Amino acid sequence: MGNRTILFDTHNSMGARIVPFGGWDMPLHYGSQLEEHHAVRKDAGMFDVCHMTVVDLTGDRVREFLRHLLANDVARLQESGKALYSCMLNEQGGVIDDLIVYFMHETWFRMVVNAGTTEKDLAWLNRQAPAFDVTVNPRNDLAMIAVQGPLARHKALLQLPVPLQEPAADLQPFYAATAADWFVGRTGYTGEDGFEVMLPETEAVAFWQALADTGVRPCGLGARDTLRLEAGMNLYGSDMDETISPLEAGLNWTIAWEPADRAFIGRPALEAHKGDPANRRFVGLVLIGRGVLRDHQKVFFNDREAGEITSGGFAPTLDKSIALARVSPEVGGECEVEIRGKRVPARVVRPPFVRNGKARVEA
Amino acid sequence: MSNVPNDLKYAKTHEWVRDEEDGTVVIGITDHAQELLGDLVFVELPEVGDTVDAGAECAVVESVKAASDVYSPVSGEVIAINETLVDTPETVNQDAFGDGWLFQVRLSAPADLDDLLDADAYSDVMESEAH
Repeated sequence: MGNRTILFDTHNSMGARIVPFGGWDMPLHYGSQLEEHHAVRKDAGMFDVCHMTVVDLTGDRVREFLRHLLANDVARLQESGKALYSCMLNEQGGVIDDLIVYFMHETWFRMVVNAGTTEKDLAWLNRQAPAFDVTVNPRNDLAMIAVQGPLARHKALLQLPVPLQEPAADLQPFYAATAADWFVGRTGYTGEDGFEVMLPETEAVAFWQALADTGVRPCGLGARDTLRLEAGMNLYGSDMDETISPLEAGLNWTIAWEPADRAFIGRPALEAHKGDPANRRFVGLVLIGRGVLRDHQKVFFNDREAGEITSGGFAPTLDKSIALARVSPEVGGECEVEIRGKRVPARVVRPPFVRNGKARVEA
Repeated sequence: MSNVPNDLKYAKTHEWVRDEEDGTVVIGITDHAQELLGDLVFVELPEVGDTVDAGAECAVVESVKAASDVYSPVSGEVIAINETLVDTPETVNQDAFGDGWLFQVRLSAPADLDDLLDADAYSDVMESEAH
């Protein structure tokens, strides 16, 4: 048996099929993964993301600490509530985790890290923080629920505590607001508009139920995966890990090279390969032939093995199979993927595949 | 608990067999199997004229979640396949024991049918896998 979130019994009462994920027993779907996927693209869905970890970082030198710790630069965060996506690298330039960090005020930043990596993330943070007198506080008292979809904000707003309703309504994308122990970010992992809400665990069941009552559909990890794949968002552990450089995981855009004297962890290792023509490319694939692309299938180009799918699946919005793949630099145009011993043609595209309900690649 | 019709026979790998009593059988996957797989998005069937062997893989069903092999419960020659599944694999989710049939086989060894499970025995298989 894995860990259970505060919503576990609620999931069961709503018909969830439970599977183990990152040490947790989580809902895979509540009947139909496809219908949940479409609900988020067209209306509103919600996800229990309590298994992810909220970490508060406090101290006078917390900004300086994060400028050292993260490959992206929190100097970009000047307005309270602004969020930033970043990799946390090891000295070899491999990815320990990918995360979101919110700037709240000069002595408080909030970070959200993945479930399966929480333990090693905290160990790493606790190793790096003392030099900056930063306090690392994992907020196990908080639950987190993501409400996503074109109607998500509209449906969620009135379920928030009254003092948070107006600030939440005014949020620009990638900003957060907070009131007491509630925290609302206009962020997500689906390619749709929406909120990620952190709240006291004791209030999570009532909030989930209130959202369900306004027509927000409960969605499981299955839909979460197909939504993020269509949105071209990386999944830690599949698309990158500690052995993979962000330069080969499509994450170049998250590395802040300027200013050149910012000595973030992993920088020398990354610089040695910056702009290297031998770096593998991280691309999107759309299957032309029949079948379903899956993780670890081999990619062929001009009859030679040229890489591997890192995340593959069926894209319900496109009614096609799509994938993210790490391939040799020459791969482009059309390639082939080996599916159960047969080579099937696929088109190389630039992710995302879908954003805000619309196809971004030719299906 | 899934529905398990009494007039069918079953393999413990979750296929069902309907005896057409003319030397042929129709084969599909059980309602329990489709429920475990979740929404189907792709079905790969054998071709008409193929020879299938009892216990050997001969088709693939893929859901949003995973690919799963289908094993032929009997030996023989494929005489028909359910071509509508190419465009509408979700039919298997909606009607696993009816419109969601996969293929039809002319038996080469009719005694194969004696090795299959009846509804009660298959229900026991589902029960034991649930624990």
